[in-house]
Amino acid sequence: MIRLMKSAALAVAVSLSATSATFAAENVRLTGSGASFPAPIYLTWFKDFSKNTAGVTVDYQSKGSGAGVQDFLNKTVDFAASDSAMKDEDIAKVGEGVQMLPMTAGEIVLAYNLPGNPKGLKLSREVYSNIFLGKVTQWNDPQIVAANPDLKLPATPITVVVRADSSGTTAVFTKHLSAINPAFKEALGEGNTVNWPATDKFIKSPKNDGVTATVRQTPGAIGYIEYGFAKLAKVDFAQLENKAGKYVVPNAESGAEALAAVKMPESLVAWLPDPDGAKSYPITSYTWMLFRKDNGNPAKAKAMREMVEYSLTKGQQIADSMGYIPLPPSVVEQVRKASANIQ
Amino acid sequence: MNTPFAIPDNPDSACRPPSTKDFLVDRAFRALARIGVVLILALVVALVFEVGRKALPGMEKHGFDVLFGTVWDVNQGKYGILPAIWGTLYSALIALLIAGFFGVSMAIFLTQDFLPAKLAAVFRTIVELLAAIPSVVYGLWGIYVVIPAIRPLTAWLNSELGWIPFFGSSLSGPGLLPAALVLAIMILPTIAAVSQDALTSVPMKTKQAAYGMGTTHWEAILKVMVPAAATGIFGSLVLGLGRALGETMALAMLVGNANTITLSLFAPANTLAALLALNFPEAGPNEVEVLMYAALVLMFITLLVNVLGSMIMLYAQRGNK
Repeated sequence: MIRLMKSAALAVAVSLSATSATFAAENVRLTGSGASFPAPIYLTWFKDFSKNTAGVTVDYQSKGSGAGVQDFLNKTVDFAASDSAMKDEDIAKVGEGVQMLPMTAGEIVLAYNLPGNPKGLKLSREVYSNIFLGKVTQWNDPQIVAANPDLKLPATPITVVVRADSSGTTAVFTKHLSAINPAFKEALGEGNTVNWPATDKFIKSPKNDGVTATVRQTPGAIGYIEYGFAKLAKVDFAQLENKAGKYVVPNAESGAEALAAVKMPESLVAWLPDPDGAKSYPITSYTWMLFRKDNGNPAKAKAMREMVEYSLTKGQQIADSMGYIPLPPSVVEQVRKASANIQ
Repeated sequence: MNTPFAIPDNPDSACRPPSTKDFLVDRAFRALARIGVVLILALVVALVFEVGRKALPGMEKHGFDVLFGTVWDVNQGKYGILPAIWGTLYSALIALLIAGFFGVSMAIFLTQDFLPAKLAAVFRTIVELLAAIPSVVYGLWGIYVVIPAIRPLTAWLNSELGWIPFFGSSLSGPGLLPAALVLAIMILPTIAAVSQDALTSVPMKTKQAAYGMGTTHWEAILKVMVPAAATGIFGSLVLGLGRALGETMALAMLVGNANTITLSLFAPANTLAALLALNFPEAGPNEVEVLMYAALVLMFITLLVNVLGSMIMLYAQRGNK
């Protein structure tokens, strides 16, 4: 009896060690954290990629760009994602070298809520930058009326809804406003959080959901949210005047036009605070994944390169349907080439 | 035998001394309770120490500017939490007024023979169920139900009585009043439940004596029962206030998070808990110091409220005797 038990225990032990050995050899677990703006599409990519690639699982935590960079610096994650790329001083802190890869791009729309739900509100550069500066305060402001002769605009005050939490969306949006309006740059500047005018018509709500819900429930409200989110939530959003003086509807085409207007440099960090082109949507931005050049782990590096390749091919195909802008083919090529640096 | 007590002559006697087992169980329980108390105290000390340690650099750098500043601008390194302190106290106080009135009324209604005992138990359970609803659900409910519901009334108050500072601005959406209303509902179960316990623990004889002296039902309630249960009712209010001060998610969604100090109930405001919750996730090292400082201020306010509450309670007890 005792001998039988011994041999059984031995068998269990052998099989256990055998499985754990195969696990160690094949199972690669990648963890990433960062930007919440591209999180929906990243999570879809990673889920599909993990399912279709034997032995590789990718976990992503949507914490916000700043937190992602912090995790990357502290080496608690294998890769990070950030809407604002990475500052030079942060890059200098990574001895292994940093490879930044733009993976997708998005637009920020101005969602509004007006009595009677008029569609196709047009806002000029002057007007929307001054609304967020607290200078244009009434919906029947002559400047708004001039751009929208067909709409009946009420004499209600404009309630501006902005993000209460620190966010890459705010960074991209304020970067654009600072680029088109010197007064905005002077008074508020750009950043993940800025000091919005302290009046009772500026309301801060947490996250995209909070801003969307507040805009929907508040007659006379306007707020900035991600295009993908606005599309899902079915809120009305405004056509914005671009650098060429044309009013443009945010969608995949106008976003692609904006991306095409900027040449991607060698560093793969291109900003579009105010893109050229008659059909370009003005508030468009790339978003990046951050990798270490030297990972000291060939299996992990290989898995990451595969993950990037998957995102560049199959991943780009679902971008449009999820409210993101597919990368231009030339950028895809550049990113593919640069991903070889992840070793 | 190693028994600390003498073995009784008759083990079946009702008045035997505790057995070894009783003795050991008693000892073990006492030790366990003591460990529990020490652990809780240690936890509080560790919390205060940890928050204080991280807040210290911020306190040294900014000093009292944080307490009295009104601007929160991370890019310029300006951190002021006065509007948040004001909003925390103002919203909690309004919530306490509303929830205190309804909670105590409810406790009287459910304990003073207005309802059959079984029905009262059903009502009591329903009120207590409110405590089980998650905070974020209250927040959404506030945005989608409370704000649209109070909008017409607030618009009328602002246009007709706008000269009163409380109604001085129009309600855009999230603001102090919706936040305080939802907060009131959230602390109602605490106040109602503890007040009910206080009222039911007043001896039956007290009430019978009051009736014996010829009081009416209401005189008995207001002049005898409520004063007799005053300590407990007051305790329920302090508990409710403590909860209101620390409530986070629902407030972050409803209060508007604007750094303004105004008496107007319809203007957006800010609270310390919301400020902490919204800014922590992406805060850089400089900001974290100040947020820890703010957390310390919030803890201090809560502590102060509890100490003040206990002192008033003690004072009231002494007055009763």
